[in-house]
Amino acid sequence: MRQEYEITLQPLPGVPVERALPLRQRLWQQGWLRKGLILIVLALLWEAAARYQNNDLLLPSFLQTFHAFYDGIASGELLGKVSISLVVLLKGYLIGIVLAFALTTLAVSTQMGRDLLSTLTSMFNPLPAIALLPLALLWFGLGQNSLIFVLVHSVLWALALNTYSGFMGVSETLRMAGRNYGLKGMRFVLFILIPAALPSILAGLKIGWAFAWRTLIAAELVFGATSGKGGLGWYIFQNRNELYTDKVFAGLAVVILIGLLVENLVFDTLERVTVKRWGMQR
Amino acid sequence: MNAPLQGHTASNLNTTEALLSVDHVSLEYRTPERVVRATHQVSFEIDPADRFVLLGPSGCGKSTLLKAVAGFIKPCEGEIRLVGQKVEQPGPDRIVVFQEFDQLPPWKTVKQNVMFPLLASKTLKRREAEERALYYLDKVGLSAFADAYPHTLSGGMKARVAIARALAMQPKILLMDEPFAALDALTRRKMQEELLLLWEEVRFTLLFVTHSIEEALVVGNRILLLSPHPGRVRAEIHSHQYDLHSLGGVEFQASARRIHRLLFDETPEAETELDFADIRIAY
Repeated sequence: MRQEYEITLQPLPGVPVERALPLRQRLWQQGWLRKGLILIVLALLWEAAARYQNNDLLLPSFLQTFHAFYDGIASGELLGKVSISLVVLLKGYLIGIVLAFALTTLAVSTQMGRDLLSTLTSMFNPLPAIALLPLALLWFGLGQNSLIFVLVHSVLWALALNTYSGFMGVSETLRMAGRNYGLKGMRFVLFILIPAALPSILAGLKIGWAFAWRTLIAAELVFGATSGKGGLGWYIFQNRNELYTDKVFAGLAVVILIGLLVENLVFDTLERVTVKRWGMQR
Repeated sequence: MNAPLQGHTASNLNTTEALLSVDHVSLEYRTPERVVRATHQVSFEIDPADRFVLLGPSGCGKSTLLKAVAGFIKPCEGEIRLVGQKVEQPGPDRIVVFQEFDQLPPWKTVKQNVMFPLLASKTLKRREAEERALYYLDKVGLSAFADAYPHTLSGGMKARVAIARALAMQPKILLMDEPFAALDALTRRKMQEELLLLWEEVRFTLLFVTHSIEEALVVGNRILLLSPHPGRVRAEIHSHQYDLHSLGGVEFQASARRIHRLLFDETPEAETELDFADIRIAY
């Protein structure tokens, strides 16, 4: 038979309990560095392809596009277009958010609201926003309002659907805890449902933003200067007509850049200080 | 040794002083296909500073009963009264500690979690709520974690936060729904000990649901035995003489065997329906 034994533990001699990772691994953990590297590789590929193709009209090189972009920024033309587009976009986006929250709040509190939301979403969500533009022009005339109308349509259903499914996913225990403390109605939605469903709501906001941006550029491309002064889509459209392909690329680059900025600065920051910090999302 | 009880009523006949009285309460819950009776005409009374345990096999409706006391479920028969007032809806005078770890909102720090019910029910102003939260966090030994988020805590620590949060509300009665069932055996033992120490200090009134005979004997001073499906009162048993030190003692074992017999033996047709795996006799 084996012997029993006991060991009196001494303080650990000279074995470090934690140590820093090497610099290379720490750098590699920085998301912006990895993504930046991807962008540089893509730009290099683009430059190489353009030089091989050697046709400025069809495919301007990265450097030519960069020059057009730089000139556009320096002359203020591009920034002006961007600000026109962004103002319209933000209006539509915000109205869409407000309406989506009103609809989902109604849906979580009454059976009729639930039916209303599911019917409306299944009707309108598959309908491309741009298809409503002719109708919008008829109703609201040539102007910002018709653009805002289609923007609201593109944001509302995606966000409402995500928010609602987020609300439905809130655990029964958390709901009961909230009701236990006397939370009801609007306060219950505000203090329990919205924070608990924040991962889905943020996903909805992201999808809504992408939809809105897409819809706006398309609407401006198709109906050009409906709003009196043209935005970024109009800039792209106009320059294509005049065969300034490098400017077309610059316009597209701005669309992409704004998308990247919003995704990486606004939404990533929002996620970092909320759902990631709370351990609700990895 | 096992004198029959009169009817279904609990042994305490002093009705004027009861803090909580459950009077012939039947509860039903609905599934998409049928209505299921969870408890049938259950009656008992809880006095101030009681540690009252509802004990029974799974499916006896003990959790449903606790949720009815909390006000989440309306009885289809009978009445629940808290200090003479009929229970109609959930309220901050009866704070529930759930079994699940996700009862703590993950978007609030430990301190904010303890303050949450105080602010949500508008019991206290922010500064007073903060003071009281810190006081009760100290009581459960979590002062150092006041600013941590729940996802960084262990299961036992989360249970402690939930208890601190409930105590901070100073409810008329504390409702605990198998609060330690999801913890490992060692942590559970420690939590039972801490709960008893807290009770020694604060003398709150507790309604505790468990399916472990041992836990019931250790935590409670009175135990209500419920029969399986639908839950009916089988017996009420005193257990104030036991604590964690009496585990394994002769009398303790005798009481555990007696409860076991009451829950399983005497109704032969019920015995065949029972799933013994549902019942934890010892850890």
